[in-house]
Amino acid sequence: MGNFGQLMDGFAIALTTQHVMIMVLGVLLGLVVGVLPGLGAPNGVSLLLPLTFTMDPISAIILLTSMYWGALFGGSTTSILFNIPGEPSSVATTFDGHPMAKQGEAVRALTLAFTSAGIGALVGVLVITLLSSWVANFALRFGSPEYFAVYFMAFASFIGMAGSSPFKTLVSIMLGFAVATVGMDTISGEGRLTFGLGELSNGISFLIVVIGLFGIGELLLTIDEGYKFEGVKAKLKLSTIFRTLAEMPRYWVTIVRSALIGCWMGITPGGPTAASFMSYALGRRFSRRGKYFGKGEPEGIVAPETADHSAGSCALLPMLALGVPGSATAAVMMGGLMIWGLNPGPMLFSTRPDFVWGLIASMYAGNLIAVVLVLATVPLFAFILRAPFTVVGPLIAIICVIGAYTVANHMFDIWLALIFGIVGYAFKKLDYPLAPFVLAVVLGDKAEDAFRQSMLSSGGSLNIFFETPLVATMMAIGFLLLLLPFIGRLFGALLGKGNAAEARDGRPA
Amino acid sequence: MAIRISHAGAAAMALTLGLAAPGAALAEWQPERPVELVVSAGPGGGSDIFTRVVQAALTKNGLVKTPLLVVNKPGGSGSEAFAYAKDNPDSAYKIYFGTQDAYVLPLTTKVNYAYSDLKPLAAMVSDVFILWSNPKTSGINTAKDFIDKAKAAPGKVRAAGAKAKDADETVVTLIERATGTDIAYIPYKSGSEAAIQVAGGHIEANTNNPSESLEQWKAGNQKPLCVFTSERLADKTVIADGMSWADIPTCVEAGIDVKNFLQPRTVWMGKDAPAEATAYFTDLMKKVMETPEFKEYAARNVQIVKFQAGDEYKAFLDQQIANYNEIYKANGWLLPSQ
Repeated sequence: MGNFGQLMDGFAIALTTQHVMIMVLGVLLGLVVGVLPGLGAPNGVSLLLPLTFTMDPISAIILLTSMYWGALFGGSTTSILFNIPGEPSSVATTFDGHPMAKQGEAVRALTLAFTSAGIGALVGVLVITLLSSWVANFALRFGSPEYFAVYFMAFASFIGMAGSSPFKTLVSIMLGFAVATVGMDTISGEGRLTFGLGELSNGISFLIVVIGLFGIGELLLTIDEGYKFEGVKAKLKLSTIFRTLAEMPRYWVTIVRSALIGCWMGITPGGPTAASFMSYALGRRFSRRGKYFGKGEPEGIVAPETADHSAGSCALLPMLALGVPGSATAAVMMGGLMIWGLNPGPMLFSTRPDFVWGLIASMYAGNLIAVVLVLATVPLFAFILRAPFTVVGPLIAIICVIGAYTVANHMFDIWLALIFGIVGYAFKKLDYPLAPFVLAVVLGDKAEDAFRQSMLSSGGSLNIFFETPLVATMMAIGFLLLLLPFIGRLFGALLGKGNAAEARDGRPA
Repeated sequence: MAIRISHAGAAAMALTLGLAAPGAALAEWQPERPVELVVSAGPGGGSDIFTRVVQAALTKNGLVKTPLLVVNKPGGSGSEAFAYAKDNPDSAYKIYFGTQDAYVLPLTTKVNYAYSDLKPLAAMVSDVFILWSNPKTSGINTAKDFIDKAKAAPGKVRAAGAKAKDADETVVTLIERATGTDIAYIPYKSGSEAAIQVAGGHIEANTNNPSESLEQWKAGNQKPLCVFTSERLADKTVIADGMSWADIPTCVEAGIDVKNFLQPRTVWMGKDAPAEATAYFTDLMKKVMETPEFKEYAARNVQIVKFQAGDEYKAFLDQQIANYNEIYKANGWLLPSQ
């Protein structure tokens, strides 16, 4: 129970008036940054970094992490309202969040997202409180083959659960891999698919891809469908928030499953993005209402949001213990840590327990404050949707263009986003799934690096993926997830016709 | 008489003033607008932290009055930052922070700038490189153990490092050439990632800047085998197992004939930047080195502190470029045109 005592000390540090004020301020700043076009959490945190130079490290990290939580919530807001994910990890939230908002239930969608995100984050912090000493050592057991196995599981769960034809899913994934290949190759140090363009030498930013595919693509589609986007119907009742809160316990199975996936992917190097995708895919598979996923299903919001935030919280621990940041934002925060005079690493827990446990305690408080604050902003955001499309449409277009430009201050990126907008439109029109494409863009190069590092390491033998019990188990689970639909159909066929029909229904077109 | 003296005095004063005037003007130049500190790396990287420490030291100690903005331009392995210098050759408000990348990148990669587009200001500190192992999992306790192992199984013993064809891989090729071994180099995204792979027992050894493996050393998961400097490090603070930085043998002592391999932290401006601005900022960087923030940074990273500027620095750079040309030629990494 040593952890518990230390956590209490942490609370004594985190819950001073000054620190609570910092949390509120950080969350609000983060919300603004998360909602504003293109700013995003990494930019926001690095803008704030110079301010922290004169603060003590604990206050500084509380400010930055609170801002991060705020930005994450803000990112989900734009996912739901405009179909523009602010962070890679909130892409999966658009799948059901945006359709629900379009049906006039923006308040419900936002409340569902924020509440499940809050629950996910708290579960994540709870896990790292209980397992802090064990997690750091566990993470050390992950070599390149284990990394690859984690990514393989994420891909397998997605391919196995795909809604449309397996062929279309495969095409979508392959195109995603091609996009992920662009730029500098880690293993050979050579540029790939850059066509001699300097702008492509650093790869295609994920944000450009989603701004194009989702933001601009959705815009083109709406115009094509003839201005059907009528936000006016959006109900704006405060009571909806409370009704939705009361609705939450109904999704406890989804919440528990998603939180478990999130914690696992957060502790292992999978990260929040893989977690949210995997949780969404498994949610669709195992939920009784799986066939309604993608059409504005509550569980389709709860699953990715819970997993995203529990993974995000859990991922902080290996980051502190190993010194390897899991995201761009984390990288900036780690840079801050070093400037404040702290070295992230296994010894941080024994040399600066006040810092580590103060931070962990602040994660409990910060997330609670964030949930309350964002819930209070729900009516404001939902109000935006009441504006007619003639107002919102151009607004989204401007957000997309500015957002694309601010990623790296390149004019080129705007053209790229427009191209991806047309790609997104074509995908939707031809009924190709976007999700596998996005997953491949996000995880493609990491999976490739891990695979090639393993191959270099083993001298080209694939046995390396089955050498230790850890990696072999993960690969086996991956294959199982991959084959699950076929196994399901096989069982269905064996058990009789009625069940077989149900199995088919479970795979929406 | 008195009048005469005062005349002579006035003349002398005028003379000194006249001579001193350009100097005074140089010293008086002050930035009037925000200054951009352009980094050739993304947020969180080594060059980024270096730049932000400079920013923090300048701001905290009130050395500059105008705001300082850190701008990350990591595109094309950092060449984006130096191409930005080419596009703004005469700006007095843009300073560029990098490593040897400024002059090494054009050797290996097609980049949108030439070394001549940059005006060198100064090198402030240099990162050293250390060869590490995890003795518990690999049984490698000394540099000799590592070389013996590599000789016994050519191409099988692995060394991890950050990126391909960059500093870490260069060091590994130097080891291979000096000892006649064949080591499998495995590139990771960052030095810390490579360190974790060794600490976790997945890879036999890695080359790294001291700070990237420091915590794993303290935790007993990594051990320094030798340091790639001409003399031992100065820091005598005991880190782990009664060993300090100064107790790490140089690689030459340990039997690997690679003398000095350093990564200088360099500062640049555009090639036509006004002379008074370059003088001002060179002087400013020298002042930064005296601040407690910067001293602490250099100590924490176990860097070699040596301020280099002026003609001596230019000669050093020319020597560096010649060295890299030679190493890269041997490795077959040079651009075909060169």
